[in-house]
Amino acid sequence: MMLLMLIAMPLMGALLIAAAPESRTRAIATIGSLAPVAWFAWLCTRFNWHGGGGGMQFEYAVGWFRPLGVTFTVGVDSVAMLLIGLTVLLGPICVIGSYTAISDRIRTYYGWLLVLQAAMTGVFCARDVILFYIFFEFTLVPMYILINLYGSTNRKAAATKFFLYTFTGSLFTLAGLVYVAYRRAAVSGEWTFGFEELAQTCRMFTASEQAWVFWAMLAGFAVKVPLFPVHTWLPLAHTEAPTAGSVVLAGVLLKLGTYGLYRFVLQFCPVAAIEFAPLLAIICCIGILYAGLICWVQTDVKKLVAYSSVSHLGFCILGLFALNATGLQGSVLYMINHGLSTGALFLMIGMMYERYHTRNMKELSGLAAKMPVWATFMVIFTMASVGLPGTNGFVSEFMCLFGAFQAGGAQWKGLSADGSMPVGGTLGVLGPYIAMVAGTGMIVTAIYLLYMLGRVVWGPLVEPAGHGHGHGGHGSHGHDPTGHKGGLPTDLGRREIALLVPLAALCIGIGLYPSSVLETLREPTRATASLMAETMNRMDAPKSEPAGKPVAGVEGGSESVDEGVTQ
Amino acid sequence: MTQALPSTMLAAVSMGEKFVAMWPEAFLFITTCVVMVLGLSKSLPVRRMCAPLAGVGLIGAGLIAAAMTPDTLCPLPSMAMYGKVLAAGIGLVLVCLLAGTVDRDFESDVERTGWFDVIRSKRAEFWAFFLFSLTGLMLTAGADDLILLFLALELTSLPTYVMVAISTRRDRSMEAGVKYFFLGALGAAMFLYGFAFIYGGTGHTGLQDIQREVRAQVDAGGINELTMLGLVLAVVGICFKIAAVPMHFYTPDVYQGSSASMAGYLAFVPKAAGFFAIMLVVSCAGWGFGESRAELPGMLRDVLWIIAVLTMTVGNVLALLQSSVKRILAYSSIAHSGYMLVGVIAGPGLDGRGGEFTRNGLAAVLFYLLSYGVMTVGAFAVLACLERRSRDGEIEEADHVADIRGLCKTHPVLGWIMVVSVVGLLGLPPLLGFFGKLPLFTSAISAGEIPLVVILAINSAIAAYYYLRLAYLCYIDPPETSPNLAPLRATPFGSRRVAGMLSAIGVVVLAVVGGKLADATVTAGRYIPPAGQTQQPERAADDDAPTPEHVVAPH
Repeated sequence: MMLLMLIAMPLMGALLIAAAPESRTRAIATIGSLAPVAWFAWLCTRFNWHGGGGGMQFEYAVGWFRPLGVTFTVGVDSVAMLLIGLTVLLGPICVIGSYTAISDRIRTYYGWLLVLQAAMTGVFCARDVILFYIFFEFTLVPMYILINLYGSTNRKAAATKFFLYTFTGSLFTLAGLVYVAYRRAAVSGEWTFGFEELAQTCRMFTASEQAWVFWAMLAGFAVKVPLFPVHTWLPLAHTEAPTAGSVVLAGVLLKLGTYGLYRFVLQFCPVAAIEFAPLLAIICCIGILYAGLICWVQTDVKKLVAYSSVSHLGFCILGLFALNATGLQGSVLYMINHGLSTGALFLMIGMMYERYHTRNMKELSGLAAKMPVWATFMVIFTMASVGLPGTNGFVSEFMCLFGAFQAGGAQWKGLSADGSMPVGGTLGVLGPYIAMVAGTGMIVTAIYLLYMLGRVVWGPLVEPAGHGHGHGGHGSHGHDPTGHKGGLPTDLGRREIALLVPLAALCIGIGLYPSSVLETLREPTRATASLMAETMNRMDAPKSEPAGKPVAGVEGGSESVDEGVTQ
Repeated sequence: MTQALPSTMLAAVSMGEKFVAMWPEAFLFITTCVVMVLGLSKSLPVRRMCAPLAGVGLIGAGLIAAAMTPDTLCPLPSMAMYGKVLAAGIGLVLVCLLAGTVDRDFESDVERTGWFDVIRSKRAEFWAFFLFSLTGLMLTAGADDLILLFLALELTSLPTYVMVAISTRRDRSMEAGVKYFFLGALGAAMFLYGFAFIYGGTGHTGLQDIQREVRAQVDAGGINELTMLGLVLAVVGICFKIAAVPMHFYTPDVYQGSSASMAGYLAFVPKAAGFFAIMLVVSCAGWGFGESRAELPGMLRDVLWIIAVLTMTVGNVLALLQSSVKRILAYSSIAHSGYMLVGVIAGPGLDGRGGEFTRNGLAAVLFYLLSYGVMTVGAFAVLACLERRSRDGEIEEADHVADIRGLCKTHPVLGWIMVVSVVGLLGLPPLLGFFGKLPLFTSAISAGEIPLVVILAINSAIAAYYYLRLAYLCYIDPPETSPNLAPLRATPFGSRRVAGMLSAIGVVVLAVVGGKLADATVTAGRYIPPAGQTQQPERAADDDAPTPEHVVAPH
């Protein structure tokens, strides 16, 4: 019930917007997005942040489509809780940040923005896989509309590509999940789509079966993340989306993919995850470097940040597939951090665009001279994105790489099964080489982001030709650039600063005192890591036996593995 | 042969029962006769009673059908009840949709001249044919004999040929009617030919007798070639009714040629009849073959498999290329037939009886028929609500994709109905289309048809493109004003709008409360395996390993 309020509040806001006159829209949207923040803050006080063993809290279930076994079940652990926190924090920032940028069809805009927030919150809450899928898919609709109605020139193609890519991928995820449910029903005689039940069933599958489920799930989540070969929708969608759309897209929507990988792929198919971890790691490395190099040659600031997301999330997934506690913690933290810093960067670029109507680095330079406050924040967020020590980006990036580095070859044997920080040999199937390659990505990241910073913020002042300064920005449609309407100040106004301060504070706060967040992640990640450790040990054990049934041990031992997670 | 005797006796005994089972149709028939006469009245208020009376007839027939008992002579004993209630329910929406399809200009002539020309009036025929056709649909759902099945299917189809031809005053309606008629006759000839072969191969026309005989043939070494040929021919012939490859060619032309309201009718009624018929015919062979003992017999399965895959793919791919909304919806109707065939292939599941919604492909088909009917009627209702007077003074309905551009701004209600309907057809959760498709997924996976599920998923993704385009045109594109064309305005028939709204509400509401309906489809999709197995107790909970009983001889 407590979680339902988080979903219901923005939805009610959206309904009110539809009913109320347009003059009230902004007020309702602001309240509708701020109320969940307050509610979430209250939930935080009730939530047991160090709750045991990845157990779910605030659980709530009602029947829904009974003949199919679909229920409306919600519940959160600290991973989900943090991501929900990110969602509800970015909600009001997007709403308030769009006050000046969006001026026509504002009811549609704010209504769908709130619906989007509700759907995203729902994804992180859902404990029924069909419910998860429903929310997961439903995020497409608002985003499609936001890009399509409020984006820039090429928005139609971008929105369509975004929708079709994600929709197609997730259909295979659905097929995989239904297959698991079918197998579950074959064993227990009862259809259910409950998360725990299906995860337990799937873990008992043979390696080849798990591989099929693994790839089916990956089809949906990899598109959403996005991983290297299927990332092509992202730069387009980001570039064309309105500012708030980009913020939500980078901040939360991409996390649906990483969260799906963390929550589903690792829990459902540990054997396949271990088997394919090296492959995934290589894909991540390619993504990190390739997207990084693309960033280097961008002239459009927004496109640069968009490609940087592909590169950054490569680190995140690399940490995830390190499959040890360090990597997992780093990866989840990365999800939060990327949402904060990249979301903020998109916000910054949006503010710049509102003033200059261009994002082209060739036309812009030395803005620090004109907008010192903006420049200050820009530097902070860019540094957070680069991963400068002292900012949040550093902690998570380092942990992801360190996790991958530690996850060395065959050394996992003889580990403590609780997945605690290994002392000598460690856990995982990646290793130093992978980490080294990915590590070079950090250099590339630094190069392109600092280059961008040096160009746009510092250097001689260059402003777009014929575009003096302090002009009213209004609407990202680019029509009538001289129409002054609600003129923006030269530098950031109080409203804009108020939006950026919490993000900056979090970026630096987590950077300086990361254990505040990492502590809360310890339990769930450790549970996952111990599941991985168990699985690896069992996969390793029958290797001495003749080939042909290499996973027999896994099937037999799944009981104890389950206990390790659900205790 | 010894088995034939008791069954003939049984049939004789149940002749009276059979008539009892036809009360809904009888009621509808009586209404039809009244409608036919009233429509010829000189008094306009009396003539106007046709449609409401048809609605009353449908409500009555639906209520009677809901109180019926299962037909024990049919392999799918409870489908009749569900099918008849479904026909009555969607039929009611269709009554609203079809209002004003015929006699519109004629009535204004009558008003002007004060002279009612009985010959030129089409109202009586139209509504009578409408009811005849629905009577046929109900009979199809309840058929337990090949001859009855053939007659019922033809009763469904024959009136529609005329209805198509008179649905607009344009020549192309006539052309559509003729095209529909000739291809329909070809289809009918084909499945009649198939029925004849089935009779030749088994010596029976009663579905249960055929089922028993097929079982005997299997025990004796394999299904008779004649029987198999008959089954395949029958299925291919019925493909005409459901607009499946290779009998799909007429669909876009006929839908485009007839009025939008009539196209909405065609998208549901013949298709539903076709699916009832296909399930009945296929159930004669039963789903007791293959390795899992839950498959259709080899050749039949292969044929259906190929038809299903081709139908989905052809429908969806060709829909991408269209610029007429009616043609898009026509190809989408083809594609949806392909989806539903997946459920037919999956069959009642491993328990052989179809006790579970998630595994019973037949229940999935029946549920999908309902959801597809609701969604597609909504989309066609929007087209039927928009019209313009073209240069030659004739009424043109909205058809080109440009016509629905910006519909949410110009006609908000219609625009939203369109958006909800097509997004539902797209299968986007949490709307009805998703809950229709999910059981197809679960049943096909349960039946081990993983490749079909993958093809189904790919096709859903292809379909997303054109449905999204329609939704985009309505909701996001700005309205377009063309200097060459008169602007579209709403038709004066409020009931069409009601039909659309009912559909749109159904798409949303049924997704929330559809559980009950799904339960009904499980009952309806119950399959009785051939004699010798009907007496067996319900299967054990663990049915993953198929029990060998499905193939063991009855004696």
